Amino acid sequence: MKQPLELTGLISNLHTFFRSNLTPFWATVIEGALVLIAVLAAYAIIALALIYIERKITAFFQSRLGPNRLGKYGWIQSVADLIKILIKEIIHINKVDKVLFYAAPFFVIVSSVLTFGIIPFGQGLQAVDFNIGIVYILAVSSIGIIGVLLAGWSSNNKYSMIGAMRSGAQFISYELSAGFALMTVVVLSGTMQVSEIVESQRYAWNVFNGHIPAMIAFVIYLISGHAETNRGPFDLPEAEGELTAGYHTEYSGLQFGFFYLAEYLNMFIIAAIATTVFLGGWMPIQVQGWDGFNQVMWYIPSYVWFFAKTGVLIFFSLWVRWSFPRLRIDLLLNLEWKYLLPINLVNIIVMVVVVLLGWTLEDLFPIFRP
Amino acid sequence: MNPFFKYFSGIFTALGSLIGGLRVTWRELWRKKVTMQYPENRDTLQISDRWRSELYMPHDENNEHACTACGICMINCPNGTITVTSNMVENEEGRKKRVLDKHIWDYGMCTFCNICVITCPSDAIFFNNDFEGAMFDRSKLVHTLNKPGSKLREKKKNLPPTPLKGEKGATISPPKKQETQQGIDDKKVS
Repeated sequence: MKQPLELTGLISNLHTFFRSNLTPFWATVIEGALVLIAVLAAYAIIALALIYIERKITAFFQSRLGPNRLGKYGWIQSVADLIKILIKEIIHINKVDKVLFYAAPFFVIVSSVLTFGIIPFGQGLQAVDFNIGIVYILAVSSIGIIGVLLAGWSSNNKYSMIGAMRSGAQFISYELSAGFALMTVVVLSGTMQVSEIVESQRYAWNVFNGHIPAMIAFVIYLISGHAETNRGPFDLPEAEGELTAGYHTEYSGLQFGFFYLAEYLNMFIIAAIATTVFLGGWMPIQVQGWDGFNQVMWYIPSYVWFFAKTGVLIFFSLWVRWSFPRLRIDLLLNLEWKYLLPINLVNIIVMVVVVLLGWTLEDLFPIFRP
Repeated sequence: MNPFFKYFSGIFTALGSLIGGLRVTWRELWRKKVTMQYPENRDTLQISDRWRSELYMPHDENNEHACTACGICMINCPNGTITVTSNMVENEEGRKKRVLDKHIWDYGMCTFCNICVITCPSDAIFFNNDFEGAMFDRSKLVHTLNKPGSKLREKKKNLPPTPLKGEKGATISPPKKQETQQGIDDKKVS
């Protein structure tokens, strides 16, 4: 298959260039630094793009136009907002627990960046690829909640505290569901390595390959993902009517910006992981035997496929956000502990049965086998 | 109802109502946007006739207005926005008559309550809807409503006092009535 726009060639060229001109130690250091810069730059750019997209789509759902003054269709607006938040004063608050208060935003953003690293953006565009990738995702994305709890605790403010406690209860509950939904896929694809999960979905995406249990897992993952990012109908940790802004009430300037950025990136990360695990990641749509069709699909570079699939899920997240009213805290926990978790536990057993009995699409129809 | 059945039917009714909600917002997404882009749409902008913006005094083609300088608007104004200055002028018959010198209205102090327009006995002043009245200097908000060199319109018989045609913001519409009356008369003639 010809892939004219892929970046794999560029990356391997760089790699051989550094290897041939430097000692192995320095080559590794420089490559590491380049990857770090690329990840952080992608992080910032995706956050800016997401903020713009969210504002636009929100406006369209409310029959407004959204930002449209700065640049064509207002596309510079979020850059201007970034500059504004960078030059804002950080207000120092007297009776906070200083160390924890200033450490909290870093927990949130570091957790978000670490999770960001494992996302395969395209062929060869993955910063870390462990053989226990799914466990890594679950472990690293859970660090964020420590930052949220620290922020609420150290702010010395009862509304922040209530917000943080709600957020903690919500996050820990829904992390279970998200974990089980991902485990369902691990059962299906038989590996935890993200790159192999993507590779195994060459002809049948997991959501189709595992049909009923996989679709249930997909829906449950989307619901619990929304809940984990404190967005959509699950944004009661920052219920502005009751708690002003929840755990980040006392934060200002760039520290608030960290929370804000992490929230947007978590939305992207949830959508990206759902894409990778259920919707075939960066794999183009391919049908076995249709070589012409496959070639056309491969002309579209893999990162475009990835961002298109992720974009659909992000749009869905925004659609849900502007459709449903906010849940009350008891109803929220009710949904998780009485509905999602039992369904999930049954679902994972169903998936095990489906895999063992050979009822997946790959087993039933040889055309879907890679 | 069987609690087991209730649990599952609850899930499906919830799903159904959630999808209903999503369908409503989906339709809303494609609806025509209501945002007005103000400076660009200035030509097509529709301001309601009831909008009160600037007080003005209609002048006809002879540079004549209807203000008799009685000062009722000034007396009735709740916050002293209007100042009417007048001169006493002796006419040909030797009778002293009050003549309007300046009708001064302060845009910055007006609350647009419309009392001056309602109480004016000779229907000399009206509110128009030219809403772009922002100025960089407060002194520019003080408007003198009568044009220089204008004078009081002589009373004519059987003509109700009317705001002039072509001016925006006519709050009363006697000309319309007159036209319809005339139309009926024309029909009778023909």
